[in-house]
Amino acid sequence: MDTQVLTYIFVGLSFALYIGIAIWSRASSTNEFYIAGKGVHPVANGMATAADWMSAASFISMAGLIAFLGKDGSVYLMGWTGGYVLLALLLAPYLRKFGQYTVPDFIGARYYSNAARLVAVICLIFVSFTYVAGQMRGVGIVFSRFLEVDINLGVIIGMCIVFFYAVLGGMKGITYTQVAQYCVLIFAYLVPAIFISILMTGNPIPQLGFGDTLVNSDVYLLDKLDKVTTELGFNAYTENTKSTIDIFCITAALMFGTAGLPHVIVRFFTVPRVSDARKSAGYALIFIAILYSTAPAVSAFARMNFIDSVQEVQYKEAPSWFKNWENIGLIAWKDKNNDELIQYSSGNALDGVKPDFNNGRGLSGERLVNNNSDLSNSNEVYIDRDIMVLANPEIAQLPGWVVALVAAGALAAALSTAAGLLLVISASISHDLLKKTFMTQITEKQELLYARCSAAVAIFIAGLFGIYPPGFVAQVVAFAFGLAAATIFPALLMGIFYKRLNKEGAIAGMLSGLVITSAYIINYKFINVHLNSADNWFLGISPEGFGFIGMIVNFFVALSICYFFKKPPKSVDQMVDSIRNP
Amino acid sequence: MKQNYWRSNLKILSILLSIWFIVSFGFGIIWSDSLDQLQIGGFKLGFWFAQQGSIYFFVILIFIYIYLMNRLDKKYKDKSEEKF
Repeated sequence: MDTQVLTYIFVGLSFALYIGIAIWSRASSTNEFYIAGKGVHPVANGMATAADWMSAASFISMAGLIAFLGKDGSVYLMGWTGGYVLLALLLAPYLRKFGQYTVPDFIGARYYSNAARLVAVICLIFVSFTYVAGQMRGVGIVFSRFLEVDINLGVIIGMCIVFFYAVLGGMKGITYTQVAQYCVLIFAYLVPAIFISILMTGNPIPQLGFGDTLVNSDVYLLDKLDKVTTELGFNAYTENTKSTIDIFCITAALMFGTAGLPHVIVRFFTVPRVSDARKSAGYALIFIAILYSTAPAVSAFARMNFIDSVQEVQYKEAPSWFKNWENIGLIAWKDKNNDELIQYSSGNALDGVKPDFNNGRGLSGERLVNNNSDLSNSNEVYIDRDIMVLANPEIAQLPGWVVALVAAGALAAALSTAAGLLLVISASISHDLLKKTFMTQITEKQELLYARCSAAVAIFIAGLFGIYPPGFVAQVVAFAFGLAAATIFPALLMGIFYKRLNKEGAIAGMLSGLVITSAYIINYKFINVHLNSADNWFLGISPEGFGFIGMIVNFFVALSICYFFKKPPKSVDQMVDSIRNP
Repeated sequence: MKQNYWRSNLKILSILLSIWFIVSFGFGIIWSDSLDQLQIGGFKLGFWFAQQGSIYFFVILIFIYIYLMNRLDKKYKDKSEEKF
């Protein structure tokens, strides 16, 4: 059977499974809709958290980014796992003890103010929408490459599926679909990694394989990779290029951001007991670590394989994956020296970096671009980093069913995260904005209806973001982390560990974190894009890492402002005492 | 008594978070380049901590935390039951 048919079968089967689970576990009360009736087993919750967490960015983009960044890519590996330690130790058990539905619920109660709740809702919606946009884009890429439908149609299909189980099932439906999605995605990630590891190093465990010697040689894979990358004019694969302070700040922003992401925190509200919240954070990290420790191995294999299979190869003889990805516009080749051979090295192949294709074909049959060549270097290949994981099985010439499996896995990753985010957005609108602030007298049934409506609207908006994307997947996601680190995390942490913090301090802290972080990111990413380089950055910290500075500003502002106003009331004191005791 | 429970909790947190900081920000970032002088198998040590080791330590840290907190919970629960 050809790969395309297999892909349709795998994706179709996995979708049927998700929809089946959604019908079986649909929610009937707000308690079930928001937090699955607090009846989820810690292991199941760990899996669901892992699926919720591992997004299109983790599955599709991360290994590709690391493949091109080398050691600099470690920021994603440490950042997106280390946050779970903070979550398990500093937030999850206490927030579970508090025992309400949403993150703004906690902030509203702890800072005894609807204004604080509102600020939290604004931060949360901002964070969740930036994050969900990346997911929908990932869905679109997979559909267009593997099912050969238009990217936009792919996004719409994805929206329909998520609509079905998120609107119907609420948190309960999402949780059990996510368990299934975790199984699909981890299987899809590991199978090609194991295959490739065996092919390249003879070691079936990818985590060990990428530190092993290449098949039929005494040379270590990483040493070879260092050698090849330096020869092509890149930095050595296992060495940093970014400054230490920048790497430090990016990692910190990602870690604290992880711990502050509302769709992850809310998962710990679904387990029966406080001790289960701790346990399920542990299980979640195990399930996440399985993918995250495999990813850098996949990156190293992919980089090596990619160079091996295209370097100095005649375009006409180039492998079919190269041309397939070229056809959907994510690879471009411009024959700068007219020798019909593909030359890949450091530097941009094209002026303006991204290819602008026209309909023509060149002498070798390649797609023509309107861009001029960038003549400062001899690199002829443009490659979108997002494709590495998806292309990897083809690059390594694995059988068609592995390729199909990866497509199904990538969709599982994107859909599960999108669903979790949409639920958080809808809960914050129907519960925090309507029920608790503006329409306090609505019944539970009406609230449930509003929750479903806002989920539907949120999905629609997310789809628009996917069709008109504001940047590529991983970059958009980095924005969400910076904001979560600078706003939500400090408010939660100080709420639990510092009783003296009053509402004035907390609100001022959140607002200053929000403003300073978004101003910095928007300035360098959208307004003064040409100034976005290390020389102009504040202390050499890139926009990706600035969330960490935003967080420090938040702490500083909150802790200084709070002494100018009176202490929080006694009831808050007692509440904090009670959440500190399991 | 509540005070003691909270104090022990904070002690556990500060020890575990110090290890968390050392294995990731320490070995993986700040001292990573010096650790790279040591090579174990095909891995430079700093590179290994940045891309593998820190993740394993994170998992272990959470499970140590679960174990210690369950023990602490039990200790204080037993005491409060004796009292009443």
